[in-house]
Amino acid sequence: MSKLLQTLVNSIALGSLYALIALGYTLVYGVLRFINFAHSDVFTVGAWASFVLATTLGFAVTDTPMYAMPLILLASMAICAGLGIAIETLAYRPLRRAPRLNVLITAIGVSLFLQNVGQLKFVFGTQPQRMPPLIEDRSLVEILGVHIRLVDVTVVLLAGFLLFSLEALIYRTKLGRAMRAVSFDERTASLMGIDVNRIISITFGIGSALAAAGGLLFALKYESIKQSADATWVLLGLKAFVAAVVGGIGNVRGAVAGALLIAFVEMFGAAYFSPHMRDLYVFVILIVVLLVKPSGLFGKAVVEKV
Amino acid sequence: MSRDPARLLAARVGSYRPNAIVSVLRSAYPVVIGLVIALLLQAMIAPKLGPFYAKLLLDIGIAIVLASSLNIVNGFAGQFSIGHAGFMMVGGYAAALITYYGSIKFGWLAPGAYGVDVHGGFLGSGDALFLFSCVFGGVVAAVAGLVVGLPSLRLRGDYLAIVTLGFGEIVRVLVQQTSDVIDPAKAAGASWLDAAKALGGPLGFTGTPTYVSPTPWLEDASGQQTGHAGIFFTFAIVSILLIACYRLKTSSHGRALLAVRENEIAAEAMGVNTSRAKVVAFVMAAFFAGVGGALFAHEVGVTLNPKELGFQKSIDIVIMVVLGGMGSITGVVLAAAILTLLPELFREFAEYRMPVYALALIIVMIVRPQGLFGIKELWDLAFWRRYVVPLWRKVAGGWLIPRSRQHPPAAIAKDLSSRDDDGAPKGAP
Repeated sequence: MSKLLQTLVNSIALGSLYALIALGYTLVYGVLRFINFAHSDVFTVGAWASFVLATTLGFAVTDTPMYAMPLILLASMAICAGLGIAIETLAYRPLRRAPRLNVLITAIGVSLFLQNVGQLKFVFGTQPQRMPPLIEDRSLVEILGVHIRLVDVTVVLLAGFLLFSLEALIYRTKLGRAMRAVSFDERTASLMGIDVNRIISITFGIGSALAAAGGLLFALKYESIKQSADATWVLLGLKAFVAAVVGGIGNVRGAVAGALLIAFVEMFGAAYFSPHMRDLYVFVILIVVLLVKPSGLFGKAVVEKV
Repeated sequence: MSRDPARLLAARVGSYRPNAIVSVLRSAYPVVIGLVIALLLQAMIAPKLGPFYAKLLLDIGIAIVLASSLNIVNGFAGQFSIGHAGFMMVGGYAAALITYYGSIKFGWLAPGAYGVDVHGGFLGSGDALFLFSCVFGGVVAAVAGLVVGLPSLRLRGDYLAIVTLGFGEIVRVLVQQTSDVIDPAKAAGASWLDAAKALGGPLGFTGTPTYVSPTPWLEDASGQQTGHAGIFFTFAIVSILLIACYRLKTSSHGRALLAVRENEIAAEAMGVNTSRAKVVAFVMAAFFAGVGGALFAHEVGVTLNPKELGFQKSIDIVIMVVLGGMGSITGVVLAAAILTLLPELFREFAEYRMPVYALALIIVMIVRPQGLFGIKELWDLAFWRRYVVPLWRKVAGGWLIPRSRQHPPAAIAKDLSSRDDDGAPKGAP
């Protein structure tokens, strides 16, 4: 029973992390219809930026003040939003009319670029680092012998807050309506007076900021930050991407549902079957879902027109 | 004998068809030329270049096999696959299973020696086993290609890419679950089923015989055999693959694939069996990727490692195809060679090499989205037509190019155009 509860807690925390990353994939797919392979590297930059900020501001050695965490969160979100907008303007905008495959290769190029620049000596270096604990490591409550840690609660609450804000932004504001319009039909949206390029930039910024928040939370929860070209980041990004696809790519609520589903399958599979095969469960779910419902669980089937 | 002109013409058309022996020889001679080139590379270039460049030549050959095979499914058929390293891994492990456990079971191991060494001379028993393992690896990968190709009937574009990605990752995870390679001393008694479960796991398949080694197979002064004809085998496979690609592209099957790439609905309306075309493309590409994986598995200085053949490797192969020009055989070959050479040439700038490479990739995609050659081949380029063809004519004009290079069908067409509709010569009453 305590194992069940523990797995449940873990999967909710992991699911919220996946959701934060998956939203970036799904938002970009919504407006540009392409898989942004560089997104997992923006997430990596988010984790590293928060580490660098925390150590340079001296939070690693002294007692962490209450304002440290929000400060670093906002700063790294701002950095990554800037990075996302820069990537979009410099690399993707010149290819707006190019075949999608070219944009995809460009995204891979951007991904390689970020990974390897991150490894340079004067950037993040080639050594894995340990994230200083910005949140007190203590358990809030104990249920059936399972300690519910403050970190996990913070991860889930913060992720939930960001997700609801995004939901509000997309469905309740003028900007969100513009984003939905661009996603629905770019041409008509621009005829209605929407500055499509600006909306796409903003979408990239929002997706990257969410990834940065995910990066910080990931660093806080798992503490160890691998060097930027490590395969674990790519795999994490791929799983979040799988979550977006399973939920129906381009669909914001679907991405959250997909992330939770993926995290549950992964965690319960690891706990009750074999912990070595956790990647396998994720990709099997992906293939099964795509074969049964090619547009994802919550995606709309696209009718192809001649 | 009838004087009916139509029947006479039919008889003449029939006489243009070469007999069976001639047509077999005609389709075999490019392969023979390819084998001769591979033999020359092995026998003359490799000893002159030294081991470093000879190894580089091997790497280029294997890169060409992988990139050209991906070109069939990605370039010709337009089905975007980013799990090619998965097929490579399937083929490589199947082949390594055959050669490693096979040579132990055949008792080709010097007593007391650890690890498995190459066996037999050039085209001897060891090479026979190695070539069999290449074909076996290819066939196993082709079966995997069939399994992945079937979803392609239901999925398109990005979604298909995602499924191939998932396939590559699943293969990687499954290989990582296998146990350590069985020690040669104990492996002789192990059944094939046990052997197939012991593929090295996350550490990789160590101890595969190095049949693909750049050193010449000739014996050295002490009579000790020093290596194997790896360059010959690699480039023999390269030439077979390239000829197959060329003939595919210029055949009606290849045009069906190109039609599927351009517009699936239009292709279907024109009578192309799109499902069949796509699955065939997948199976062919997977077969040659498996053969490429088999070569890779036996290469000197390579440990077959599931981590190395993951997503990143698939992406490397995709980059070669896109950079060379999707659907261009010569362009992809050139890109595979360049992209294998470049990192080696810039080895001294170790740290800045990858960022610059990534930046170059982005810039090429923005400046030249169609890749180096686009859909064209080397001989379609204006440069080639303007400078190389006249030069070739001048050099080879009198003796290599036959005086009348008119293709028989062209002659018939000319003949027909000079006749009236009823087959009589023009102007006849």
